[in-house]
Amino acid sequence: MVMGTFIGREIILPATKRAFQMLKPRFLAKNPVMFVVEVGSLITTLIMFRDGATHDPDFSFTAGITAWLWLTLLFANFSEALAEAQGKAQAASLRSSRQDLVARLLEGETSRFVPGDQLRKGDLIRIVAGEMVPGDGEIEKGAASLDESAITGESAPVIREAGGDRTGVTAGTKVLAGEVTVRISTDPGHTFIDRMIGLVEGATRQKSPNEIALTILLVGLTLIFLIVVASLPAMASYSGSPQSPTVLIALLVCLIPTTIAGLLPAIGIAGIFRAFKANVVAKSGKAIEVAGDVDVLLLDKTGTITFGNRQAFGFHPALNVTERALAEAAWISSLSDETPEGKSIAELSRNRFSFGDPPADCSYVPYTPQLRMSGVDSKTKSVRKGASDAIETFVGSPLPEDVSRIIAEIGNSGGTPLVVAENRTVLGVVHLKDIVKPGLPERFRRLRKMGIQSIMITGDNPLTAAAIAKEAGLDDFFAQARPEEKMNLIRKEQEKGRLVAMSGDGTNDAPSLAQADVALVMNSGTQVAKEAGNMVDLDSDPTKVIGVVEIGKQLLITRGALTTFSVANDVAKYFAILPAMFVAAYPSLSALNVMHLATPKSAVMSAIIFNAVIIPLLIPLALRGVRYRPIGATRLLAVNLLVYGVGGIIAPFVGIKLIDMGLSALHAF
Amino acid sequence: MTYHSISQMIVFFLVAGLSAPLVGRYLAWIYEGKDTAVERGTYRYLGIDPDSEMTWKTYGQTLLASNALCFLIGFMVLWFQGSLPFNPRHLPSLSAPVAFNTAASFVTNTNWQAYAGEAQLSNLSQMISITFLMFVGAATGFSALMAILRGFVRSRGATVGNFWKDFFRFLYRAFLPACALMALILVEQGVPQTLKEIRTLHPVDGGTQTLVLGPVAALESVKNLGTNGGGFYNANAAHPFENPTPLANMIEMFGMLTFTFSLPFLFGRLLKRSRQALAFFAVIWILYAGGYGLMQYSEQSIAPAIASMGVGSPVSEAMTPGNMEGKETRFGITQTSLFSNTTIAATTGAVDAAMDSLNPIGIGVALFHMFLNEEPGGKGVGFAGFLKEAVLAIFLAGLMVGRTPEFLGKKIEPREVKLAMLSSLVTPVLVLGLTGLALLLPAGKAGIDNPGPHGFSEVLYGYASGNANNGSAMGGLAASSPFYAVSIGIEMLFGRYLPLLPLLALAGSLVRKPIHPRTAGTFETDGFLFVVLMLGFMVVVTALTFLPAMTLGPIVEHMFMRTGGAF
Amino acid sequence: MKLLSVSAKFALFLVLLCGIGYPVLMTGVAQVLFPIPANGSLIVKNGVPVASSLIGQNFTRKDEFHPRPSATPGPDGNGSVPYDAAFSSPSNLGPTTKSYLSGVKQAVDQYRSENHLSSGETVPDDAVTASGSGLDPDIGLDNAMYQVRRIAAERKIPKETLKRLVRETATPPQFGFLGPWRVNVVKLNLALDLLSATAIRPHGG
Repeated sequence: MVMGTFIGREIILPATKRAFQMLKPRFLAKNPVMFVVEVGSLITTLIMFRDGATHDPDFSFTAGITAWLWLTLLFANFSEALAEAQGKAQAASLRSSRQDLVARLLEGETSRFVPGDQLRKGDLIRIVAGEMVPGDGEIEKGAASLDESAITGESAPVIREAGGDRTGVTAGTKVLAGEVTVRISTDPGHTFIDRMIGLVEGATRQKSPNEIALTILLVGLTLIFLIVVASLPAMASYSGSPQSPTVLIALLVCLIPTTIAGLLPAIGIAGIFRAFKANVVAKSGKAIEVAGDVDVLLLDKTGTITFGNRQAFGFHPALNVTERALAEAAWISSLSDETPEGKSIAELSRNRFSFGDPPADCSYVPYTPQLRMSGVDSKTKSVRKGASDAIETFVGSPLPEDVSRIIAEIGNSGGTPLVVAENRTVLGVVHLKDIVKPGLPERFRRLRKMGIQSIMITGDNPLTAAAIAKEAGLDDFFAQARPEEKMNLIRKEQEKGRLVAMSGDGTNDAPSLAQADVALVMNSGTQVAKEAGNMVDLDSDPTKVIGVVEIGKQLLITRGALTTFSVANDVAKYFAILPAMFVAAYPSLSALNVMHLATPKSAVMSAIIFNAVIIPLLIPLALRGVRYRPIGATRLLAVNLLVYGVGGIIAPFVGIKLIDMGLSALHAF
Repeated sequence: MTYHSISQMIVFFLVAGLSAPLVGRYLAWIYEGKDTAVERGTYRYLGIDPDSEMTWKTYGQTLLASNALCFLIGFMVLWFQGSLPFNPRHLPSLSAPVAFNTAASFVTNTNWQAYAGEAQLSNLSQMISITFLMFVGAATGFSALMAILRGFVRSRGATVGNFWKDFFRFLYRAFLPACALMALILVEQGVPQTLKEIRTLHPVDGGTQTLVLGPVAALESVKNLGTNGGGFYNANAAHPFENPTPLANMIEMFGMLTFTFSLPFLFGRLLKRSRQALAFFAVIWILYAGGYGLMQYSEQSIAPAIASMGVGSPVSEAMTPGNMEGKETRFGITQTSLFSNTTIAATTGAVDAAMDSLNPIGIGVALFHMFLNEEPGGKGVGFAGFLKEAVLAIFLAGLMVGRTPEFLGKKIEPREVKLAMLSSLVTPVLVLGLTGLALLLPAGKAGIDNPGPHGFSEVLYGYASGNANNGSAMGGLAASSPFYAVSIGIEMLFGRYLPLLPLLALAGSLVRKPIHPRTAGTFETDGFLFVVLMLGFMVVVTALTFLPAMTLGPIVEHMFMRTGGAF
Repeated sequence: MKLLSVSAKFALFLVLLCGIGYPVLMTGVAQVLFPIPANGSLIVKNGVPVASSLIGQNFTRKDEFHPRPSATPGPDGNGSVPYDAAFSSPSNLGPTTKSYLSGVKQAVDQYRSENHLSSGETVPDDAVTASGSGLDPDIGLDNAMYQVRRIAAERKIPKETLKRLVRETATPPQFGFLGPWRVNVVKLNLALDLLSATAIRPHGG
């Protein structure tokens, strides 16, 4: 995503306006706890008017309480509106890149230009170099290199081509070179990005099961505190200390978990937004949360764990042959070799040794499946590189023993031996290897600390697979795997009660993607794959799953931490309000006034003010999310309990006292 | 505290604590293996198949239906007492409200007594209404617990057990034998066991003294082992015939804990997780022992108003001074505090002293135990409530470690949270709602004996006790008045069955789930942190719910007492 | 409905087993094994049951040991009939109730004057508080020792003799540590009468 995440003026102003709009009861009823606050605020407002009309000495107190009750609601609404606005700003920047695009629609033999938003699913369009891609779709013919910086922020060109697994193109990106025929895969407004925008804008956001469970808990607590406060008038009058409705409503609002209830929507929206920031488009909030629960990660080898193609790793000359001679021959035979292997051999030789100019009259002999060799012919010599038995045929005699030994060693270590010969002499063996992408071992270690096992699936032979797995730091691997076995593996793990995440891109991945609990699909992948998965990675980075897992966990932790904090706050509020309520009838209860608050009225007011002000103070935490550290569940819980539990008990003692001191200084109440 | 007090406390704690795992193991064992001949005969007589498993709904229906019919019989016996035989003192029938209250009380294992023991019940009633219902209430509670535990233990199951089999295996293999043994031990210590109802004595000073006797020991053992609590005599376990010696006192206390302290270990055995059992037990133990410490501290003080009259006792000859109002000499402060704490914590409700005469902190401890209702709680249902608290606490903890919460491998999802919350709503609604109501209505206010906050506590205590199916009372409350007889009677029924049904549904919901294996990401529930989490959660939520009521009752009374005030 | 009929059978069966069978069986066994405790631990003098060793009695004469206050009411639950064994009861009064405190003050004053306590000596707490059952047969050692002064004067018996009598009659903690030291007033007064040369006079005589 291109845009940053600053909360600037352009976000705050509309958010504030929306906060007021959200006061409508119909809207607030979706959040039962805040709805109770609203009903309470309406009642105190009526009392305030009555007190004002009768010039009651309590008027200023009631007015103050009423004002702060409404502010509590506004602050809560503001947090949700702010989170939405943040997401909308992001979405707007994305949308703008997709507008005003023109498409070359193919109809039979002719073509005509239409606006991008008139394209429908199934339409065929043609894009040439220099043009923008007008709609999401799959390449049916041709290949091109694209600049996807509009959606990924990364300007290095990527290749997309027909056939295979990298057929997907996204609207708003630019074709740098090549020409492609693309079939549009979705109607406008229904692409994954459109759906994500809908999620962030809150319109189509459904509560995830976890959020529903937490809401049930909060509603239950609210009901309990409702009965506590509802039974108080009878108890209080029996004890000779009748209470005013204003104070009772103030007590109720302080007790019910307004802090977490107010911030809960914002937390959920911010979670989706953070995934968006990581260039992951989720189909629902639930998808991100499930990611936090993943136990097993399934990864492909080629392209995910290793770079796509094998690379030259080293030269092993035969007896009586120098490494330089081997390297030179290998270099010469790779000069016209366009394959990645050939290029890497050439590069390795050049890096190791410096050669002069190549012989002038070389003619390139390309690789064929029949020959299983490639090389170069010149007037003086013929150089070949290829499979060991092919070279054997070329030189016309069995390979020397030392060379055979080298071949066996390389094979056992999981590499691919490429034998090089010049005329009738076997010069030696080039060791080709799968190169593991850098940085992976630390990432898998981090996953392991989170309790997630990483498993590699590959069609390679077990030896090669074992070597790669060890080098990359994986927990396990599955070799010689056929595509359908991937799905069986997922099902087996799920039967054990574990949740499985995988990344994929091809159509043949679709059944496995559908079976997995978390399926991250590369944006470069096919439409079928994208439909089967529940998240799309715009960076087409298969290891992105790790980041999504952390975002999922962060979401849950933020909810839990703020709930604990919210409930823990109630302890101090009792110590403020209970003495205030009853000290008139029972002076000895002043011993409970541990904060030494000035007067009963200022005590109640301070508690209400704290209850309101804590919400905007915690907005940054709600939006940013509590930091997740993979230190093991028990230690993490201990830390969070300490900070939010114990901290939640202590903080309001300090806060309420400070507010009370402020009120005294202002000679209010 | 003297060496004398400490040694009694330590011995009792050791015996109770060390026997718990053994009893737990035994209780797990009684559900294995084949039925005995007696059991087979019983099932044949009833016409049921003990091996046909029930869903949670069927289990609940069976439980309710069987309890309902027992309630009916118990009620009829009391309502028609005057016309029934074996009534040598020609005691009249109980009024309908009191008969209703009593039958409801005993079938729900509360044993709240709105009648005055030996003064109002014939021996026949004591046997075929009271003793009979004691067995039913206790064994029912235990059976319900087994069903709930199976929800956690079984993976991808559909059923939670068979009520009849759960009931009779417990009755025949554990409950009855233990009751018989304890009854005989108590007789040896001096508890009467005879069918002759009256004995007239001729004291040397002249006049007569009429003793009421009966099958007391048999009732006494069921009363304690079944955490029932209803005494034969009005003074309950303060009466020398119910509780003649300090050893008898200890044995009765131990009886209350026998089948309740063992429940975490029973669970651990079924789950094959012994560390988990220890963790549960640690939570329960800390709350129990903490309560005792406060109770002892409370009763060791003499109210300043009384101390200033020159009342007190030097600590000598193994006597601890303190508030002896309503207490018996042979128990003293230490054993009375132990007993009072144990009886409330185990929701038995039997008392060896007058609760209405406790110092305010002591009343506060009793109230708090009743609000918590789970450490260890009574026969079965208390521990089930404890597990419900664990579900909620772990839900919150799971969120805090970033993982969908799991308890013992079972995922906690919205349905579980909803059922647990439903079960949790019952206590505050019943206790606070009814207390408020009683304090509003003239009928309620008329039944209060002590003025001021102590009287407030009487009402609060009564409803707390009824809801928790505890049964002890601050005796000054007019329990037999129609207002309290009916309101507490209904409350006892609601307080028992209303939370129980969501708990059974919770079991039904859990039993269908698979058990997930542990990973590094799962928060372990058998360590020190879990104990801290549970304690914090239970204490904080309970305190937050009941702090206003406690303030207007024991807390303010304590502050008054400190300054020598009175009402 | 099948469930109801099974439940009915269940209830009836348990009435018979638990309500009748179990208590009757226990009675039979107890009467054979422990006949005296099972029948109330009666103390018999000249063939007449005069007391139970477990149940207190109301001694009020100046020349006998007094038990703890007792709040047992009359048969209808009202009034005051101390040590009425047909209706055990505590006072149910709390420490912040005025009427309770004035009652205690009265008892304290009476104890002090009866037993000739000096102003520095504290009144034992069990002497001025009602017991839980109203039938508590015991008093504490200190309480008994203070009362010795009064009885020595009334019965003209040396204090040391009485103190020795008290100590011999007293019950020590069970097994050395369970419960406090206590003195059974019924047994003590019976022993006192034996000790005293004075013949037993009928009440009021």
